[in-house]
Amino acid sequence: MSWETICKLDDIAPNTGAAALVNGVQIAIFRAGEQLYAISNHCPFSGANVLARGILADINGDICVASPLYKQHFSLLTGQCHEDESVKVDCYEVRLKGKEIELQTSELKAA
Amino acid sequence: MSKTRVILVGNGPVGHKFLESIIESGKSSEYEMTVFGEEPRAAYDRVQLTKWFETRDAKDLNMVDEGFYESNSITSYLSDKICKIDRMRKIVISASGLEVPYDKLILATGSFPFVPPVPGHDRDNCFVYRTIEDLEAITAAAEKSTIGAVVGGGLLGLEAAKALMDLGLKTHVVEFAPRLMAVQVDEGGGEILRAKIEELGVGVHTEKNTRNIGDGDTCFHKMSFADGSELETDILVFSAGIRPQDALARECGIGIGARGGISINNHCLTSDEDVYAIGECALWSNRIYGLIAPGNEMARVAAEHITGKGELEFDGYDMSTKLKLMGVDVASIGDAHGNTPDSKAYTFIDEPNEIYKKIVVSGDGKQLLGSVLIGDADDYSNLLQITLNNIELPEHPDSLILPGYAGGGSALGVDALPETAMICSCNNVTKGDLVCAVQDGAQTVAELKSCTKAATTCGGCTALVGQVLNAELEKLGVEVNTDICEHFPYTRQDIYNLVRVGQIKSFEELLEKHGTGQGCEICKPLAGSVLASCWNDYILEDQHTQLQDTNDRFLANMQKDGSYSIVPRMPGGEVTADGLIAVGQVAKKYNLYTKITGGQRVDLFGAQQHQLPQIWQELIAAGFESGHAYGKSLRTVKSCVGSSWCRYGVQDSIGKAIDIENRYKGLRSPHKLKMAVSGCTRECAEAQSKDVGIIATEHGWNMYVCGNGGMKPRHADLFASDLDDETLQKYIDRFFMFYIRSADRLQRTATWMDNLEGGLKYLQDVIINDSLGICEDLEAQMQQVIDSYQCEWKTTVEDPEKTKRFRTFVNSEQGDNNVVFVAEREQIRPATENEKSELIAKSA
Ligand code: SRM
Ligand SMILES: Cc1cc2nc3c(=O)[nH]c(=O)nc-3n(C[C@H](O)[C@H](O)[C@H](O)COP(=O)(O)OP(=O)(O)OC[C@H]3O[C@@H](n4cnc5c(N)ncnc54)[C@H](O)[C@@H]3O)c2cc1C
Ligand code: SF4
Ligand code: FES
Repeated sequence: MSWETICKLDDIAPNTGAAALVNGVQIAIFRAGEQLYAISNHCPFSGANVLARGILADINGDICVASPLYKQHFSLLTGQCHEDESVKVDCYEVRLKGKEIELQTSELKAA
Repeated sequence: MSKTRVILVGNGPVGHKFLESIIESGKSSEYEMTVFGEEPRAAYDRVQLTKWFETRDAKDLNMVDEGFYESNSITSYLSDKICKIDRMRKIVISASGLEVPYDKLILATGSFPFVPPVPGHDRDNCFVYRTIEDLEAITAAAEKSTIGAVVGGGLLGLEAAKALMDLGLKTHVVEFAPRLMAVQVDEGGGEILRAKIEELGVGVHTEKNTRNIGDGDTCFHKMSFADGSELETDILVFSAGIRPQDALARECGIGIGARGGISINNHCLTSDEDVYAIGECALWSNRIYGLIAPGNEMARVAAEHITGKGELEFDGYDMSTKLKLMGVDVASIGDAHGNTPDSKAYTFIDEPNEIYKKIVVSGDGKQLLGSVLIGDADDYSNLLQITLNNIELPEHPDSLILPGYAGGGSALGVDALPETAMICSCNNVTKGDLVCAVQDGAQTVAELKSCTKAATTCGGCTALVGQVLNAELEKLGVEVNTDICEHFPYTRQDIYNLVRVGQIKSFEELLEKHGTGQGCEICKPLAGSVLASCWNDYILEDQHTQLQDTNDRFLANMQKDGSYSIVPRMPGGEVTADGLIAVGQVAKKYNLYTKITGGQRVDLFGAQQHQLPQIWQELIAAGFESGHAYGKSLRTVKSCVGSSWCRYGVQDSIGKAIDIENRYKGLRSPHKLKMAVSGCTRECAEAQSKDVGIIATEHGWNMYVCGNGGMKPRHADLFASDLDDETLQKYIDRFFMFYIRSADRLQRTATWMDNLEGGLKYLQDVIINDSLGICEDLEAQMQQVIDSYQCEWKTTVEDPEKTKRFRTFVNSEQGDNNVVFVAEREQIRPATENEKSELIAKSA
């Protein structure tokens, strides 16, 4: 298990996301209330790296991000796309240590 | 087979409807059609004649599409009157000497205004009110006059009086009967109507029998009445009734009614089986119909009789009317005077508010026979439907006209109406037609309007159309759910009111007090926009950032590859050479694609997120501000060069556009707002396609509202004319704030107005006449937004904490290597997926 420090909590505005570049992989980290989540920053529908810039949405209790380009929802817990069952994005482990956000990097392969 | 020759005499609205009906039958190729019109122009909308004053341009009343005659092979003669019909030889003879043979002849010669043969009626400055030429002559004479009088206090007389008043004349109405609108209105109603009209400053003189018109002492004319009194006036307009134009038929021996009018049967045939008569010249069952709707029905019937099986019949027409006369609601239904034996009446009079309502019911109290409404005609559609469909009355019929607090307001559910109930009489749309349209997928009033034409003429049926829509949607199981999303059981208007009245300043507070869950991409931007419209805080404050839609969050427009475009504001489209150079230098330095937008400014494409603050720093240093191209907010105010340069310009349209753009920049709204200012009626700035368009006139500015380009283009409507600068600004302030208050999320002004009950008239009432008493508030609110304006980009680049949030990666200074450009026409554009893989292959 290796945890890598990414940024300070304050670097992300409350209830929004930010992109991080870790070992060449683009990761979208979200700060939803007290919770932190991390999924891939790549939007499979547009092919652009934009998920971190989407709006956080609570869809029937599932915390999601709405892709900023075409507005599909991705669950932050599972990466599952709500609009298309066959689409799922990668999820990562993320935690708060003191005032810093850390990401679990052992599964990350360099792109 | 040789074609049947059809000749139409009279190119008025009804004649035109006849031609359209023949074409709609799909059989027009079997006919050789010719139309003769005495007037110098093809059919125009006489019902809207008074609208001519708004632009004084006959084109605005035109009813005939360009190329209509050519593409349908119709021969048309203008300014050529038919003066004889030779029924033996079956030809018509025109004033210019043409002799044209017919197989079928249609008389649609309309009527002419009756001028009482009082001595002096033919003096100069005596007019009638029927054609565009009449209005031109009245306008010219009004310029040299101060007082005007109308003889006749009926519907048309009052309309003419309004026109004189609008021309700036002190106006009088002279009526022979003891009250105004004697045909439609009873005594009680007449009194209220009189009071309301006198309040407008119009002199009302009833029971006046004019004996002589001669030279005046202080004015051009002096009218002397039978009771010995006198009235001086410069202009006289006769509006004392109409007479059918039946001379042609009379002279060739076609059957005429005892008191005039060409007699017709249920197929609109006259006593000659090859000659039809339709419209205001026709007499059916001893009645002349002086309204457009029955005329149109006759046109359809005659056309069907010629082209089809003769299944359609004309069997009378309801003459109920609802109108706004000089700003006063007036309605009359059926037997308004209680002439039916045994009938009984209920009357409600509210003197302080000058409202009069009467219903006439049958002896057994079960049927509604007629009604009169003055001052408040909201009950009209309800009462009309009850009358026309013989719906049994409730136990206490008076509850139909009593105010809600007195136990009234029992409107009848639209479900009680039969499918055949006529909902829109102007356009012949029944409840069944609307139901079909809903079943075929229409879901809004606006959609119903465009597919059935209901509610597109007088608008009197809009409320009812809405009720039918909702009832049908409900039956289809389409939930008419107006909640914005699962987190708020409210409409956008509700949210707006909750925020404003509750002084709510953040999304958290709104959610806690009125919502559930955590919010989503629907309610968050909506709340963000409403908070901004109300309090105008900097939108990237920590508590607001989470609410911003993609583009607002980074104050730029995201493109398909995740890069951004940047639009600096160029008010009115004006930019200095230095400004252009500065923009060019920035574009060059950051290698951005540049393009002139459709909104008269420059767009720079291909910036990455982390570059935005640097680029803006440089643009701000060169004097530019945010163009809000990313926001649901004011976009651009297009302008033309106007009087500063253009040989036709009558006002400084550039100066006006710049002032306006600076006034409303940064204003957040339910959808984007676009404006334009043109320097003259040539309209080079395309103002009539904007949310608010302004066109210069010699006397000031004409204001147009609710235009739209985009998916469903809509021409803007003329809202007010010849405004001075101050009034124009006031109206725009009120208009925008009222829209912001009451529109739905992502509803442009065009759809907003189309869904407002009462449409344009209602808006004019709210904004010009302050009918809701909110104008002061609207203006104050707008002033508050204007006073708190800030350039969001300036605030952002000055705050290092904020610019930090623009880094592409929180943990790296790098850019996104998936944003790849290739060159095209000497600029960049996003690479396609194939191009990207090729580039990667090459570099590997
Ligand atoms: C840049 C521009 C095209 C151009 O290269 O000329 C443009 C570009 C876009 N338009 Fe537009 N529109 C542009 C002028 C127009 C015009 C013409 C005008 O304003 O005179 C219209 C028709 C007029 C109107 O709005 O009534 C227009 C009607 C639309 C619509 C349809 C709106 C509607 O009511 O149907 C959309 C979609 C929407 O807003 O929902 C749209 C949406 C867009 C968006 C925002 C689409 C998007 O979400 O990415 C595009 C953003 C481009 C960008 O990143 O800057 N754009 N768009 C023009 C920017 C003008 C400016 O300086 O701000
Ligand atoms: C100011 C005003 C307001 C009105 N408001 C309303 C309203 O709110 N609602 C409503 O329902 N109705 C209204 N009306 C009435 C409506 O305009 C008429 O019902 C309608 O115009 C009748 O159409 P028509 O084609 O039968 O006759 P017209 O419009 O009179 O057209 C007949 C045409 O035939 C031409 N013509 C006549 N004789 C000859 C000939 N021998 N040879 C060639 N051409 C000839 C005439 O010049 C004329 O152009 C209003 C009318 C006026 C004047
Ligand atoms: S609208 Fe009129 S003033 Fe403006 S440029 Fe065109 S012609 Fe000139
Ligand atoms: S009744 Fe006039 S528009 Fe429908």
